[in-house]
Amino acid sequence: MNRTCPFSAPPEYEELRTDTPVVRVGLPGGQSTWLVTRHEDVRAALTDPALSSNRRNPGFPLRAFGLRVTNDFPQPMIGLDGAEHSASRRAVISEFSVPRITALRPRIQQIVDDAIDDLLASGPPADLVRTVALPVPSLVICELLGVPYADHGYFQTRTAKIINRTTVVEERQAAVVELRSYLDELVTAKEREPGDDLLGRQIRRQRDEGTEDHGSLVSLAFLLLVAGHETTANMISLGTLALLSHPDQLGLVRDDPATTPLAVEELLRYFSIADAATARTATADTEIGGQRVAAGDGVIASGLAANRDPLVFERPDELDVTRGARHHVAFGFGPHQCLGQNLARAELTILFDTLLRRVPTLALAGEVDDVPVKQDATIYGCYELPVTW
Amino acid sequence: MRISADSDVCIGSGQCVLTEPAVFDQDDSAGTVVLLATEPDAAQQDAVRDAVYLCPAQALSIVEE
Repeated sequence: MNRTCPFSAPPEYEELRTDTPVVRVGLPGGQSTWLVTRHEDVRAALTDPALSSNRRNPGFPLRAFGLRVTNDFPQPMIGLDGAEHSASRRAVISEFSVPRITALRPRIQQIVDDAIDDLLASGPPADLVRTVALPVPSLVICELLGVPYADHGYFQTRTAKIINRTTVVEERQAAVVELRSYLDELVTAKEREPGDDLLGRQIRRQRDEGTEDHGSLVSLAFLLLVAGHETTANMISLGTLALLSHPDQLGLVRDDPATTPLAVEELLRYFSIADAATARTATADTEIGGQRVAAGDGVIASGLAANRDPLVFERPDELDVTRGARHHVAFGFGPHQCLGQNLARAELTILFDTLLRRVPTLALAGEVDDVPVKQDATIYGCYELPVTW
Repeated sequence: MRISADSDVCIGSGQCVLTEPAVFDQDDSAGTVVLLATEPDAAQQDAVRDAVYLCPAQALSIVEE
């Protein structure tokens, strides 16, 4: 199901929410799955202990992730359940807590300032994706993890292949193996000399606890690197596109910086870029929204459909930066809710504040409908965003 | 109102801290929830109810209204 314009949800979602909120749908390749579209049911599904996140369950709905890639690497926390998931997540949650992220804000501000210098030096017009949206989150996550930013070309091209649904399976497999072996070498170097970065701290922590595990550290690095740059990059470009196309909303944010955190929440809700990433498999019979779901069935809890549910959000298809609604499920819900959400909030808030203040005449260079959007990717976004000033 | 927090269930999303920083904090080394008050003031109670609803791990509960 495709978005019909950069700002709309697939029109099918509205009918499904009303008539068949938990519905059996077919996936390319012959697999079928339950699709959950109401906000209340999505929250219930994502907290249901009968639904497993293990990507290797035979019934796991894979459309969102392209074809199955087989490997025996240890699964990162997004593929673990219960106590195993909890132990894996607990090791890193302090790195992403609200106070820790607040402490990173001055450095994020510098990175944003430098990126806007680059934007201004390369135009007008210039591509906001290449100059700002991609470099800012890549630099931030590289510094946090301890990955050399000089290698960003290497991991950005491979991440783009991994999350593109049209990548053929051999190419996806190759991208996973290459990125994995790059991070394997990096972790090995850090094990020799653990520095003051997230990976170094994890190595020391594991040694203190006697739980050192090279494979799981590589999986953690892989997850945080991939999840840490592409998602925020897409929200920067889409958020800018939305604000520039809604001048009344843009004015509200530019005139009052207190509005920016609310605008960030609204943009997260409005785009719900990781719509179908919240997939599960039932490991026991259960019920979602009154519908029986049998053990072995796949379930996709649609974040975008839930975030446009009129029972929960008034005028859900309207962008309203003063809405102040934080109960969206753009970061998912339940024990797997996005680990990096407060980092993303900080990056987006600082970026929109700084961009709109430093480039007050910023405008789209072209028409909204000509912006190339990622209909073909697991994570929605735009490939390019030509802007002028 | 009296509230409790289960730090064994907490996943450190920080939703509670964003909602009512006068009542909720996160432990520096564990990252999990710390209650700064177990009996929130009348003025904080609406925000506390929001935090309970927003908590993705259902780690917060209102023990007594």
